[in-house]
Amino acid sequence: MSTTLESPPQVSAGAGARQLVVALAGNPNAGKTSLFNALTGLRQKVANYPGVTVERKEGLWALEAEQAPARLVDLPGLYSLDAASIDEEIARDIITGRMAEVPAPDVVVAVVDATNLERNLYLVTQLIEAGSPLVVALSMVDLAERSKLEIDAEQLSTSLGVPVVPVTAKSRRGLEELARAVLEAVGSQPPCALWRLSPKAEAEVRRLYAAGAASREGALRDLYSDELPEEAELREAVESARARLSSSDPQWWQEPLTARYRWIEGVTAGAVRGAKDTRPNSTERIDRFVTHRFFGPVLLLLVMTVVFQAIFSWATLPMDLIDRAFGALGEVVRTQMPAGLLTDLVVDGVIAGVGGVLVFLPQILLLFFFIALLEDSGYMSRAAFLVDRLMRGVGLHGKAFMPLLSSFACAIPGIMATRTIENPKDRLATILIAPFMSCSARLPVYTLMIAAFFTDVRLLGFIPVGVVLMLSMYLLGIVVAIVVAWILKHTILKAPPPPLVLELPPYRVPNFLNVLHTMKNRSWMFVKRAGTVILTISILLWALMTFPRSVVKPVPDAQEGAAVQAMRETGVEGKGEPAPSTAKGEGDTSDESLQLEQSYAGRLGQVIEPAIAPLGFDWKMGIGLVSSFAARETIVSTLSIVYNVGKDAGADSPSLIEAVRNAKRPDGSPAWTPLVAVSMMVFFVLACQCMSTVAVVRRETNSWRWPLFMVAYMLVVAYVASFVTYQGGKLLGLG
Amino acid sequence: MSLAYAAPGHVAELLKRAEGRTPAAVSLDALAAGTHARVAAVRGSGAVARRLMEMGVVPGAPVRVIKAAPLGDPLEVRVRNYHLALRRSEAQTVSVVMSDE
Repeated sequence: MSTTLESPPQVSAGAGARQLVVALAGNPNAGKTSLFNALTGLRQKVANYPGVTVERKEGLWALEAEQAPARLVDLPGLYSLDAASIDEEIARDIITGRMAEVPAPDVVVAVVDATNLERNLYLVTQLIEAGSPLVVALSMVDLAERSKLEIDAEQLSTSLGVPVVPVTAKSRRGLEELARAVLEAVGSQPPCALWRLSPKAEAEVRRLYAAGAASREGALRDLYSDELPEEAELREAVESARARLSSSDPQWWQEPLTARYRWIEGVTAGAVRGAKDTRPNSTERIDRFVTHRFFGPVLLLLVMTVVFQAIFSWATLPMDLIDRAFGALGEVVRTQMPAGLLTDLVVDGVIAGVGGVLVFLPQILLLFFFIALLEDSGYMSRAAFLVDRLMRGVGLHGKAFMPLLSSFACAIPGIMATRTIENPKDRLATILIAPFMSCSARLPVYTLMIAAFFTDVRLLGFIPVGVVLMLSMYLLGIVVAIVVAWILKHTILKAPPPPLVLELPPYRVPNFLNVLHTMKNRSWMFVKRAGTVILTISILLWALMTFPRSVVKPVPDAQEGAAVQAMRETGVEGKGEPAPSTAKGEGDTSDESLQLEQSYAGRLGQVIEPAIAPLGFDWKMGIGLVSSFAARETIVSTLSIVYNVGKDAGADSPSLIEAVRNAKRPDGSPAWTPLVAVSMMVFFVLACQCMSTVAVVRRETNSWRWPLFMVAYMLVVAYVASFVTYQGGKLLGLG
Repeated sequence: MSLAYAAPGHVAELLKRAEGRTPAAVSLDALAAGTHARVAAVRGSGAVARRLMEMGVVPGAPVRVIKAAPLGDPLEVRVRNYHLALRRSEAQTVSVVMSDE
């Protein structure tokens, strides 16, 4: 701090020459996000580090007036630099300048929670060792004051050897001082580590330094990190030093950790005053209820019900609106453009595809609104605490609960929500089983099947079979997910049960700016990255159902444009679209129907018929299966076309239900039986018929390997289950 | 109380010699809720033990079990003035001595 007077001119020169890079580091829950938002405002962007799914957040921070703003890199929240997780590895690489996309930071700002000083300072000791100029931003000072904790920032700064600036992001207190401290720290002598090991270990460190280690810090790293140095002579020295240390103490590796904390205890003892009160604070009082043996689970169920309700039903209104808007847009374009292939491509491929992407936005926004709210308030870790025992039974982390639950509404936001799970294998296992949760897109399929074959059928005279079936489908998905998770965790994703060392942060009033930022960032990432894939597949599927053009029956000009529109969601009414050719007479095949039969998709349906016959499906259902890869509910509109009842019939349309009931095989027997319907439902529970899910898994895992694996294994599971259902049913005489 | 001021390595050494004989040393998962204690040693190795220590569970640190989750596992403990959830299997690797704080 004493260098204030000499440094400014020099600093301004440096700052003018090139953009300063400042990295923001800190523990999770230390108030880092709030500070980042307060420093950068809306000038921030989110991307991914190449090859990994760790989010990369950057913003511009106006350090001083009339100067180019600095580049502020928000590091992932971390407890340590020892690279136990990808997050920590990336943070370490950025700080040490090993990350290609980000130049080595000129200054690192460490956010330190004043109410949780000792643990937060652990990261600071490591940042000091890393050797970049460092500034500590002391956050939550208002909360510390309220709990009668007095922190002497001057004293803390002296003991740490690093400038300390108290800040409060919400009231923007201390932000200017922080900027000044950062400018002063540019190019200054980096702090050096002041803690010491036992004499024996220090002697080994000195010996390694003599043997060629770059510095004391380098020697420490060589001695205590998992890796060995490359150079042979030094490697040998490290190995023998480790052998000497471990012979006298098997837990020798703990020494730096203990030493850092011992030093921290000394630092805080001098700088913190006020009663270290041991009486229960407000968080503990809230937790008496929130993690209570009985009320805890009840509250969790309540919270989950609200979240589920929101994505399941509140989102339907805006989703319908988006759907209708794109449907209407398609109609307008169709009437304005000359009828023909190009129009079809624009309307059925592009517009339907874009609509198919944007239709997920309400659910994603709502889910991330709740997730951000629950994370920011501190409830999310309590939820993980409550369900961890249950999830561990399956080999999953407590944090997998929320994503899986969300997947009952839609797997897309659910899979995006798995980012809170740190361990990549646990996260992957969660992603791979999420699509088994019966999402809302399966409902139209269930509805149609139940309406056609199980209305008014009752079990024991009073239980509607439809309800039982619906419930069974949900249960089937859950059971299969549990089994698959268990298998995955014991084979390709083999790993010990994920450890749970989870901070239960103090309850805090959520910061709505943070919540809004999370919602905005997630939605934008979905639209940008998953959206392009969804759009591509959408156009591809359109082409499959449109080509080759129907030639058998000359088509009247006016009908030329009315090609298959199976991509369209079922809720859309095709307003003002007279369809004279969709008469429902037996054997009177419409143009749409004919076109579909002769298209590649139709031929594919016929080609796969031998394969799906053992499941009880004929080739018309095969077309439905092919087209439903766009989205599950598409099978309803596809069946409507196949059965000539007009493509816009809904799942509860009487004519479609009638057509399904009356559909015949070539030999005159009914195509559908109750058993076929159940087999179809089972197939829909288990198969991954959702290009959006595939796209989002591709995006979240950064490779095509896992989404393709997911499609393949789910298809196998679905096939086997449907096979067992149909053939088993026939053996029991239910066919 | 005097233990807290001894060098933590020394505490561990004492405990190692006294293991099985002194009733004061128990593993963290056996500690009754509400009892104040200090960490004597982290016996595990590997990533989980390291993570526990990074989170402040090092010899000498004050620790108190708050409660167990409704299904009996994991545990909630208070360490260095914050709250930490850890499984019983991980708590077993931490030995503690009672303190009268």
